Amino acid sequence: MSILTRASRNVLYDLWRTLKLLTHNRVGFVGLVGLIWFILLTFAGPSLVPLSQESSMTEIYQPPSLAHPLGTDFQGRDIWAQIVHGGKDVLIVACITGLISTTIAVTLGSLSAVLAGIFDSFIMWLTDIWLTIPHFPVLAVLAAFVKLDNVWLLAFILSFLSWPTLARAVRAQVLSLKQRDYVEAARALDLGTRHIIFSEILPNMMSYLAISLVFSMTSAIYAQVALVYLGLVPFATNNWGVMLSLAWTRGAIYYRDALLYIMAPVMAIALFQLSLVWLTRSLEEVFNPRLRTSV
Amino acid sequence: MLEGVRPLSAITALRNLPNTASGRAIRLGRRLVANYVLRRLIKALITVWLVVTATFFIIRLMPGSPVEIYIQEQMSLYGMSYDDARAQASAMFGIGLDRPVIFQYLDYMGNLLRFDMGTSYKSFGTPVISMVAKFLPWTLFSVGLSLLLSFTLGMILGMITAYRRESLLDHVLSTLGSIFSSVPNYLVAMVIIVLLGGYWRILPIAQMRGSMTPGIEPGFTPEFIGDILFHASMPVATYVLTTVGGWMLTMKSSTIATLEEDYVTAARARGLPDRRIMTAYVGRNAILPLVTQLAISVGFIVGGSALIENIFVYMGVGKLLIDSINQRDYPVMQAVFLIITVAVILANLLADLLYSRLDPRIRTGGGGEA
Repeated sequence: MSILTRASRNVLYDLWRTLKLLTHNRVGFVGLVGLIWFILLTFAGPSLVPLSQESSMTEIYQPPSLAHPLGTDFQGRDIWAQIVHGGKDVLIVACITGLISTTIAVTLGSLSAVLAGIFDSFIMWLTDIWLTIPHFPVLAVLAAFVKLDNVWLLAFILSFLSWPTLARAVRAQVLSLKQRDYVEAARALDLGTRHIIFSEILPNMMSYLAISLVFSMTSAIYAQVALVYLGLVPFATNNWGVMLSLAWTRGAIYYRDALLYIMAPVMAIALFQLSLVWLTRSLEEVFNPRLRTSV
Repeated sequence: MLEGVRPLSAITALRNLPNTASGRAIRLGRRLVANYVLRRLIKALITVWLVVTATFFIIRLMPGSPVEIYIQEQMSLYGMSYDDARAQASAMFGIGLDRPVIFQYLDYMGNLLRFDMGTSYKSFGTPVISMVAKFLPWTLFSVGLSLLLSFTLGMILGMITAYRRESLLDHVLSTLGSIFSSVPNYLVAMVIIVLLGGYWRILPIAQMRGSMTPGIEPGFTPEFIGDILFHASMPVATYVLTTVGGWMLTMKSSTIATLEEDYVTAARARGLPDRRIMTAYVGRNAILPLVTQLAISVGFIVGGSALIENIFVYMGVGKLLIDSINQRDYPVMQAVFLIITVAVILANLLADLLYSRLDPRIRTGGGGEA
C-alpha cells in the first residue's frame, strides 16, 4: 500500500515538474495553450456549437454579429460553427499519422542501429531513395488511383511517406547513445537488454521522438489539407480543407464580403500548425535537461 | 557450406593481386567503387530506374489501372471491340499491349529513353513530351529563382542575426522566420491573393495569371524579361517567404557554432579585419550545413509547386500535374510525375556533388555517420 502511494506521489511530482517545465519556455507555453485550445475546440466544441447545414438565402455573407461570431458563408451558414466542427478529421489524421510514422521509424531506425550489417545498409539505402522522391506529387498521383476518403487509409499512406527522415535520426541517435559511458556501465553491471533499452537509451531519445512526432503531425496536416483543397480527397463531411476548397471555388477572391469565409479556415490551420511547432520548444526543454536554464 | 567460404577466400585473393590484365581490371573496379562521384551517380540512376519501373507497373498492372479503365471506356462509350480499344490504348500510352508484359516494359523503357511518352488523352493527339516541354521551363525558372533568392537572403540574414544575437532585429527576424516556415506555403499564397489581390486590390491578380502575357515576343528583350518576372513574382514571393526562415535559422546556428572554432579565435588574434573573418573564415564554413539542406529544399519546393502554381494559375508542371490528375489524363500525369521526380533526383545529385566539392572530407569517405 505504501509503495503504491509513494509511486503515485512520484508520478504526481513528475507530472507537476513536467507541467512547470512546459510553462517555462514562453514561446513553447503559447504553443501548448494553442494546442489545448484547438483540442477543446474540436472535441468539446461541437456539443456546444450546433452545426446547421441548412442554407438561408437571406443571410448570405453576413458580417460578424452576436449570432454569427465570424459571419456567414455563401449559403448563409454560420462560419464559426463550421470551424468548430471542421477540425476533427484534420486533428485525428495528424495524430494517427504521427503515431504510426514514429512507430515505424523507431522500430526500423533502432533495429538498423542495433543489427547493423546488411539490414542497416538496406534500410539506409531505402530511406535515402525515399527521401529524394518528392512526396506531394506521389500523394497526388496515388489519390488518382486510390480513393483516400477513409481517415485511417489516408493516415497510413501519409505515415508511409514520412517515416524515413525520423528513422535516420533515430538510428544516428541510437548509434551515438550505444557508445555512451552510462550505457557501457549498465552493460558492465549486467542490467539486461531490456533495462538498457528502456531505462538508459529510450529516455535519452524522448526529446527527439516527441519533436519528430510533432513534425510528422505538421507535415501530415500540410499534405492532408492540400489534398482536400485540390479536390483529390473526397471528404464529404465538414472539414477545414473542404471549407478552403469551397471558399476558393466560390470566388472568395472577388467578393470582399467573403474575406472571413476564406480567412477563417486559413487562420485555423495556420494557428494550429504554429501551436504545434512552438510546442516543440517546450518539449526540447522538458526532455533535454541541458537546455533547462533554471527551474 | 561452400558458399560461406568462397567470398572470404575471394577477398584474400584480391589483396595480393597478380599484375595481370584481370588484376588490373579488378583494381580499377575497386577504385571506381571508391569514387564518390561515380557512386553517387549510380545511386541516382538506380533511384530513377526504380521510380520509372514502379510507375510502369502501377499504370499498367494495378487492378483498375488507367489502361484498363481507358479500354473499358472506349468499349462502352464508342462500342469498340476489345481489340480495337486495346490498339487505341496502345497508341495512347505508347505501350504495345498485345505483347508479353516484359516486352511491354522494355518497350516502355526504350520509349522513355527516346522521350516518347505517348499522347495526351484529353487534348487528343498532342504528344505528351511537347506539353511537358512547354510547362517545365516555367517551373524550373520560378523554382530556381526562388531557391537562389531564398538561399542568399537566408544566408545573409542568418549571419546578421548570429552576429547581433539577442538584439531586437534578431528577435523580430527569428520570430517572423519561425512563423512563415511553420505555415503551409499554399495558405501564404492564398492570403496573398485574397488580401493583396481581392480585398485591398493592390495587386492586379487577374493580369498576373499565366507565366507570360499572351502575344509577347519571347527573347532577351527588357519587355519580355520584365513580363516573365512580373508573372513569376507572386509564386516566387511565396516560395521565398516560406523557405527563407529555415535557411536563416540554420545559418544562424551554424554561424554561432563556427564563431566558437579555434581558427576563428586565431584569426582574430592575428588581427585580421572583421570583414575578412566574416567572409573567409566564418561564412565559408558556416554555409556547409545549408548545402546539405539544399537537396531537401528542392524536393519540397518542386513538390509544393503543384499547389502554388494551381493557386496563382502559373503554367508550370505542378499545375499540369494536378490538371492531368483531375481530368484523369493518365499519359500526361505519368510523364509529369516522372519529370518532376527525375528533376528532384538530379537536383539532389547536384547538391551532393556540390557538397563534396565544398567539403573534401566527404569525397575521401572518412565521414562515417551522417
